[in-house]
Amino acid sequence: MIVESSEQVPRLKWPRRFPVPRDFGVAKNSRIIEGKSWPEPEGATRIATLRIYRYEPDNDGPPRIDTFAVDLDDCGPMLLDALIWIKSKVDSTLTFRRSCREGVCGSCAMTIDGTNWTACTRAMDELSEPSTIYPLANLPVIKDLVSDQTHLFAQHALTEPWLHTETPAPERERIQSVDQRRALDGSYECILCFCCTSGCPSHWWNGDRFLGPAALLTAWRWLADSRDEGRGERLDSLDDPFRLYRCHTILNCTRTCPRGLNPGKAIGEIKRMMLERGG
Amino acid sequence: MANDASPAADGAAPSVNGAAYPITDHTFDVVVVGAGGAGLRATVGCSQAGLRTACVTKVFPTRSHTVAAQGGISAALGNMGEDDWRWHMYDTVKGSDWLGDQDAIEYLCRHAPAAVYELEHWGVPFSRTEAGKIYQRPFGGMTTRFGEGTAQRTCAAADRTGHAILHTLYGAALKNDTNFFIEYFAIDLIMDEEGRCRGIVALDMTTGTIHRFRAQMVILATGGYGRAYFSATSAHTCTGDGNAMVLRAGLPLQDMEFVQFHPTGIYGAGCLITEGARGEGGYLTNSEGERFMERYAPSAKDLASRDVVSRAMTMEIRGGRGVGKEGDHIHLHLDHLDPKILHERLPGISESAKIFAGVDVTKEPIPVLPTVHYNMGGIPTNFYGEVLTKKNGDPDSVVPGLMAIGEAACVSVHGANRLGSNSLIDLVVFGRAAGLRCAEIVKAGESQAPLPAGSADKALSRLDRFRNANGATPTAELRLQMQKTMQNNCAVFRTGEVLDEGKSLIHEVWGGIGDVSTKDRSLIFNTDLIETLEFDNLITQAVVTMESAANRTESRGAHAREDHPDRDDKEWMKHTLAWCDEGKGQVTIDYRPVHTYTLSNEIEYIAPKARVY
Repeated sequence: MIVESSEQVPRLKWPRRFPVPRDFGVAKNSRIIEGKSWPEPEGATRIATLRIYRYEPDNDGPPRIDTFAVDLDDCGPMLLDALIWIKSKVDSTLTFRRSCREGVCGSCAMTIDGTNWTACTRAMDELSEPSTIYPLANLPVIKDLVSDQTHLFAQHALTEPWLHTETPAPERERIQSVDQRRALDGSYECILCFCCTSGCPSHWWNGDRFLGPAALLTAWRWLADSRDEGRGERLDSLDDPFRLYRCHTILNCTRTCPRGLNPGKAIGEIKRMMLERGG
Repeated sequence: MANDASPAADGAAPSVNGAAYPITDHTFDVVVVGAGGAGLRATVGCSQAGLRTACVTKVFPTRSHTVAAQGGISAALGNMGEDDWRWHMYDTVKGSDWLGDQDAIEYLCRHAPAAVYELEHWGVPFSRTEAGKIYQRPFGGMTTRFGEGTAQRTCAAADRTGHAILHTLYGAALKNDTNFFIEYFAIDLIMDEEGRCRGIVALDMTTGTIHRFRAQMVILATGGYGRAYFSATSAHTCTGDGNAMVLRAGLPLQDMEFVQFHPTGIYGAGCLITEGARGEGGYLTNSEGERFMERYAPSAKDLASRDVVSRAMTMEIRGGRGVGKEGDHIHLHLDHLDPKILHERLPGISESAKIFAGVDVTKEPIPVLPTVHYNMGGIPTNFYGEVLTKKNGDPDSVVPGLMAIGEAACVSVHGANRLGSNSLIDLVVFGRAAGLRCAEIVKAGESQAPLPAGSADKALSRLDRFRNANGATPTAELRLQMQKTMQNNCAVFRTGEVLDEGKSLIHEVWGGIGDVSTKDRSLIFNTDLIETLEFDNLITQAVVTMESAANRTESRGAHAREDHPDRDDKEWMKHTLAWCDEGKGQVTIDYRPVHTYTLSNEIEYIAPKARVY
């Protein structure tokens, strides 16, 4: 099946996990051990169990999995609410990023039951029991659920995400038709949460040279902009066996985008544009 | 960063609790704190002016709360019909309930179109009209011909305007090779004996190291403090850190009693549903299915100014006409609109309503409630962005070396109530103004005097105290007490009695900081510590807000006193200034006059009159 829109991809049936075993090729001191199991809150009738990855950078210990029992009647409906509940009431050392809590800032992306999503838009009643919460895959871990995304932001910056123009700007706005503007729908909305890039097997193997779906979606956003005059240089920069062409249309990216975007399709569009230019 | 190392003037690391914190020193021409819309715009401006500029931010730039702005950015472009910046100015003055400084408002409205065109030139994907121009939608309080008709003045990128602008500004900053210091938490300002700001002290969260930035100019763009309240549309990171740093530096905050409640936060979750939803034709109903806004604002109806709509909704709920099991919220209808329009212009809120309220907007109304959204108050500045204080009787005395912009600042263009879509324009116009001012008064690469001795000591002892705090009350518990107190005692409607009770309650919470407990003793990404520093920042602002509200015995804009229902221009046409003495636990209040003059002869001072929509 060729996926043309994210609607063709099941959004609520979660695959258990990406098809690579955990601990595969992991160094000994990075193997995950069983951690602390916190007691169930007293008097709670509806409980969800979260098994959360913990890693303390300040000591040499291996990462561990702590088990928390969340009182669903005492906290909000989303996974982020549950994490905040744990931090407030059980263990204030639990560390994760969060900001907008409404799915637009991209801070709280993590691996939830084996797939990537933003914790603030993932409802607790969609989780398995028990549910496993890990930091985004294939990124260095700073602490607990906080991953180091420096490399991914550098790849995003490599696409030069600003308007390239030669002609002097008019006094008023540049004219763009409704249809030309519509070409940007589905790419400008990216929140840089990196659920896709972290879930891309090609990026796991060749992340040093393959830009990954998030950066390529951004690249497409500017290639598709009728106002941009840098198309040639943009394509030159992507015309490389690794940067663009390591996408093997696995489409984990599209499956795991919490905004419902389709980076896989955008990458296909770049390849098509590249072909058209070549021919 | 290798390119900015310069030896410390007083290189000794202060020893606290027996353990020394090594300090890394940096010197820049300008340091911007915060990377939201205003911070990024100022950073770009300063970089373009050839100044060595650092942008220090506690979250990655595209995670800043500007990203959540939905409806749009106001500017009198006239793309949808006749418009004029003077009409925009009139609306803003009226929206501010005449507490706004009219010189600053003129500056804002006059420069708004150029600022929007600039954003478009940088690549913001604005929605378009059939003619290919920037699409503009109606918004609350925006009129033509000084109140006669409805203006379409709010430039929109669907309902993701803030996101589109923030990502574009981040791109512009990358283009200008900005020095970003990302996930650095600014702890305190460094002030010298003459009262000049000389830099900041910050904690690099990812490595747990202390950094001291020396600069000719520090620009605070740290946003609002919505998280002082229990239910806010604001992000978890909206803790007004810059405001609190200013208070600790012995400088005042202005008009803190004016807290905007957005009429349409999703009931329960608090997530924002843009005013643009009503701009595109949405309307509010009570339990009787009545479009009650027609009674409260006969001409503007659902597009009256935000304070007016929030009060009307509260009145309906109090009158027993709320919807839902508890009768405690209101319905927002979009189900009569063409699904195509919803898909094209309001896709984001359609999704939010689905996720956070389980509502299909094409079929059902959205449950909404007035929710804390914006702080009109903040750090007093002039329209260049320079921070002001009242000194030796001069109400406009400039604090050298310090600027503030965006929601953190109180210029004051929003006065007692901000109009929707005026905040995004505030960010870029005054972000740009700050850059221009720096280009004027900061000399690139000028050598800077050594920092005062022990310049980081205060910040470090504060950090160390909270890192090792072993009291009995967790930060989260104190924070909840503060949020509940603010929500109960300093809400949409206020009375002297409730505020006085609030004062004693909030002082009690403040006192609790001595007994705070943190568990995480590490330094690398210690969010237990960061949240405690943020709580310490929030609580002083909460105290100042409560005290300023109790002090102002009139009703103006967002500050509605049931015991003083009328605006009192004779007594209260003035800005509140509030200082906070942490040692004594005291707030001192004084006043500044409102600027009752404009910048140019092209518009006359708009004299106060009754505010009817």
